[in-house]
Amino acid sequence: MINKILANCSEAVASVFDGATIMFGGFGNAGMPGQLIDALRASGRRDLVIISNGAGTGDFALGALFGDGCARKWIGSFPSPSAKQFRERYLKGEIELELVPQGTLVERIRAAGAGLGAFFTPTGAGTELAAGKETRIVGGREFLLEQPLAADFAFLKAHRGDRLGNLRYRGTMRNFNMVMATAAKVVVAEVDELVPVGGIDPEDVHTPGVFVDHVVQVARHPRLLEVESSSQEKAP
Amino acid sequence: MTLTRDGIAYRVAHDLPEGSYVNLGVGIPVLVPNYLDPQKEIFLHSENGILGVGPRAPRGQEDLDLISAGKGYCTLIAGAALFDQSVSFTMMRGGHLTHTVLGAIEVAANGDFANWRVPGQAVPGVGGAMDLGVGVPNIFIAMNHATNKGEPKIVNLCSAPLTARGCVKRIFTDMAVIDVEADGLVLREVAPGLSPGDIQNKTEAPLKVALECREIDVPPTFEGIQLHH
Repeated sequence: MINKILANCSEAVASVFDGATIMFGGFGNAGMPGQLIDALRASGRRDLVIISNGAGTGDFALGALFGDGCARKWIGSFPSPSAKQFRERYLKGEIELELVPQGTLVERIRAAGAGLGAFFTPTGAGTELAAGKETRIVGGREFLLEQPLAADFAFLKAHRGDRLGNLRYRGTMRNFNMVMATAAKVVVAEVDELVPVGGIDPEDVHTPGVFVDHVVQVARHPRLLEVESSSQEKAP
Repeated sequence: MTLTRDGIAYRVAHDLPEGSYVNLGVGIPVLVPNYLDPQKEIFLHSENGILGVGPRAPRGQEDLDLISAGKGYCTLIAGAALFDQSVSFTMMRGGHLTHTVLGAIEVAANGDFANWRVPGQAVPGVGGAMDLGVGVPNIFIAMNHATNKGEPKIVNLCSAPLTARGCVKRIFTDMAVIDVEADGLVLREVAPGLSPGDIQNKTEAPLKVALECREIDVPPTFEGIQLHH
């Protein structure tokens, strides 16, 4: 019988090694695997390369991971003003930054997961982010060659999961989680609810279990259960 | 007189037609939904995975899993769709959205614009700006006409790091509405009481004045619209 369920988050991060490349799903706090990130922090691994859209939203979870200083490089798109821990490390020269346009970031991960070698995109052509990249004119337009981006581990957050690794998300949790599920050697999903096989209607399986190695059910990170009052001012 | 930020947003909203699919950037663009005609069916896109963003969630009714690109808790309108980043950027880069309204540091006469990195900014971030720049057919810029120091933001060539080249269609400012055309900038509308010469004085790039150039139509009595000196 296939059983991808792990007992807890520390078991889920036990195989992470120093220097590993790790993807974290999430956009803002939605779809951020906060408990897996905290377990990774507790494991004390160093020299990690982190791939995520943002660089954290405060002094917890992803933000705290950067605060701990256990990452040597971040590959991402948008360190927001609330990513203070990353920003401080970066300004002190303690962490390397590879800045990638958001659509290129997701497509590089998708290319790795889909078995593609590289792809041409118009995004970034003629800008400073094109530096050092091969270009090609297609149909009179300039494109940049972008390389696939894979990882040793992907830590994801979903709403429901089953022992086969099938996942279902809520709201805007899907964000990077669905693509990251395809592009790492070891894929671990933190879920709110474990359901029996068949408990997710096949029409509603967002990430098919074939992509997922481990599922761990845990109550949400306490800081991810709080309504952020400041963000009330920012919508939509 | 010049328009307030709400006045600019009001004017932009007028140019978003029924059936448009629109991504709104940060700054003045986030005010645009306040002025959309509710009779027009318009879908707002949020790059983190929503088509059909509704108003901000009322206090006490926030769904922690439902945020918009500005990270605020939002709602969905009837007919909304949720999807992942790959689909979301397919909409943006692939030309499926009809409009985007973005702020800018500079816009050039050739349609280049710069909005992702203030020169000298210590920690850069790019997000989806470049994907919108290359992919959306109608790129509207909503910004103040000049910097706080009075320096022109509509220039011959951008000096700030570019977001995308040759793509801006229309510029809405506190002073004017300007189209970017193949042979340069065309002044279409001026804020009430201003002359085309006033606009040119605050614009580095040369402006051609449209034959039908007129005053921006903002009802001074409209709540939230105040004209100031």
